[in-house]
Amino acid sequence: MTLTFVVESLLNGLLVGGVYSLMAIGLTLVFGVMKVINFAHGSLIMLGMYTAYWSVALLHVDPYLSIPIAFAVLFVIGASFQKFLINPILDAPEHNQLLLTLGVSLVMENFAVFLWSPDYRVMKTSYAGINFYMGDVSLSLVRLLAFGFAMLLSAIIYLMLTRTDLGKAIRAASEEPRGALLMGINVRRIYLITFGIGAACAGVSGAAITPFIPVYPYVGWLFVITAFVVVVLGGMGNILGAFVGGLIIGLADSVGAMFLPGSMKSIISFTIFILILLFKPTGLFGRKNA
Amino acid sequence: MGFVLAALHILPWFVPSVLHIMIMIFLFTVMGQGWNILGGYAGQFSFGHSLFFGLGAYVSTLLFINLGLSPWIGIGFSCAAGIILGLFIGFLSFRYGLKGPFFALIMLAFAEIFHMVAMGWNAVGGALGLLIPLKGNSPGVMQFLDKEPFYFITLWMMVGSLYVVWRLEGTRTGLYFLATREDHDAAEALGVNTFRAQMMAMAMSSGMTAMGGTIYAQYLLYIDPDSTFGVVNSVEIMLRPIIGGPGTILGPLLGSVLLTPLSEVTRLAFQSYSGVYLMIYGLILVGVIMFLPDGMIGFAKKAVSRVGR
Repeated sequence: MTLTFVVESLLNGLLVGGVYSLMAIGLTLVFGVMKVINFAHGSLIMLGMYTAYWSVALLHVDPYLSIPIAFAVLFVIGASFQKFLINPILDAPEHNQLLLTLGVSLVMENFAVFLWSPDYRVMKTSYAGINFYMGDVSLSLVRLLAFGFAMLLSAIIYLMLTRTDLGKAIRAASEEPRGALLMGINVRRIYLITFGIGAACAGVSGAAITPFIPVYPYVGWLFVITAFVVVVLGGMGNILGAFVGGLIIGLADSVGAMFLPGSMKSIISFTIFILILLFKPTGLFGRKNA
Repeated sequence: MGFVLAALHILPWFVPSVLHIMIMIFLFTVMGQGWNILGGYAGQFSFGHSLFFGLGAYVSTLLFINLGLSPWIGIGFSCAAGIILGLFIGFLSFRYGLKGPFFALIMLAFAEIFHMVAMGWNAVGGALGLLIPLKGNSPGVMQFLDKEPFYFITLWMMVGSLYVVWRLEGTRTGLYFLATREDHDAAEALGVNTFRAQMMAMAMSSGMTAMGGTIYAQYLLYIDPDSTFGVVNSVEIMLRPIIGGPGTILGPLLGSVLLTPLSEVTRLAFQSYSGVYLMIYGLILVGVIMFLPDGMIGFAKKAVSRVGR
């Protein structure tokens, strides 16, 4: 194992970790505001990847122009998901909400199989072959761009939450829905928008990785559990925690890939997940008994 | 009841074509009942019961292949392994008061870890899985050329599982389970040892599910990581009690009677789209959660009491 290889794996881990961060931000935002754990997040990532794939294959747009398309499409899907399915059961027991989102993800994934067959599809783009070299260490352009877009959207969401009125309203609705309602905030609308943004995060992260990860209907399973790990690591509902957690898990996965056979590389992050759930369920940055 | 049981005993001579579906119904009722004890009665929803199913399938199969131990004895080891693993996870989780979605996710994580290990570890077959060596018609090692023996094995396991839960409902332990489910803190305050109740439920649940795994392995004579530890199996196991009625004796059976033929028939009808049955599962699950949150039996009970008033 040469130094070049180690540095390269760690850098790649960090780049993928940035995408994990964005996925987890979408999941943690929804949890923070509505206290709903969205099991269908992986399917939303899958839909984002297909949106990008079909935009490029059928409409011949640039792969990176498909990112705003994925944002818009997934925002609408997420908002309708919230309006018609999540909203009616917001007061149901937590495990029923989890089961509902599981049901929705089963429907979405298997409907995707029905529509587009279970085949792996690879997006053809001229960007895929471009690499940068720093000494012996090579980095691929598509991974750098995926990282860049994930960072960009994460930063936008963070600024939106901290600097705008909408962000203030979202934070108010998440901390004290009744109080927010009394202050004249339309909490239902906030929920709708939040779920839309959460789904859009999934869509953008999916679209950003499509140039280097093949698309297939069950691809979401690769990411949804990782996203849960990141969310729990950063503290449920904690946006900054999810951001840092994503980078940590990206690195942990790349370390795992160095020592373990391919199919077992996620064991390290799963072990982190179990340890965190057991010993510090409020996450790395959580307060005690928060 | 007795009549139904008698009818089920002569069924194989009249309609042999349904044997496979019946075996699957019985087997998944047993495992659904296992899930039901923990999820329905003790209120701890597990999203990873394929963990115990897979463990049961692998333990008896590995013992048979490597040591020549008959699965009739192996099933005991499977059950014990399931209980030990269940108690280990239970000890870790319940001691820290982990519950609700967190417990569901931790079970999922454990199932995925076992899935990955089974995939990557060649001593247990790796991704290719394990073929159980064929011995012809040899009842001593639980291999039969016909389906009838499995029909009766699974039928009586199911009867056993229904009996266990029926007995459980009347005991103090069963009531502790319910108290823990309904209000953890209040139960604790009234002197119920909720930790012990959850551990009991976990042990019964994991042992019962693991035994189902052994029977599944012997029936198909082939196991691989996806068909045992896969997430789909966790869904298969938990959907039956949830749709039939969690926390009821007959819920898992009702759910299994409904879902099993559905999955078998759609799998045959849409062979190239093997996922269609999962889509239907998803639709049913969404419908049940939105409109019948207590499952079909819970809904029926409510309807009856409404009419009675």
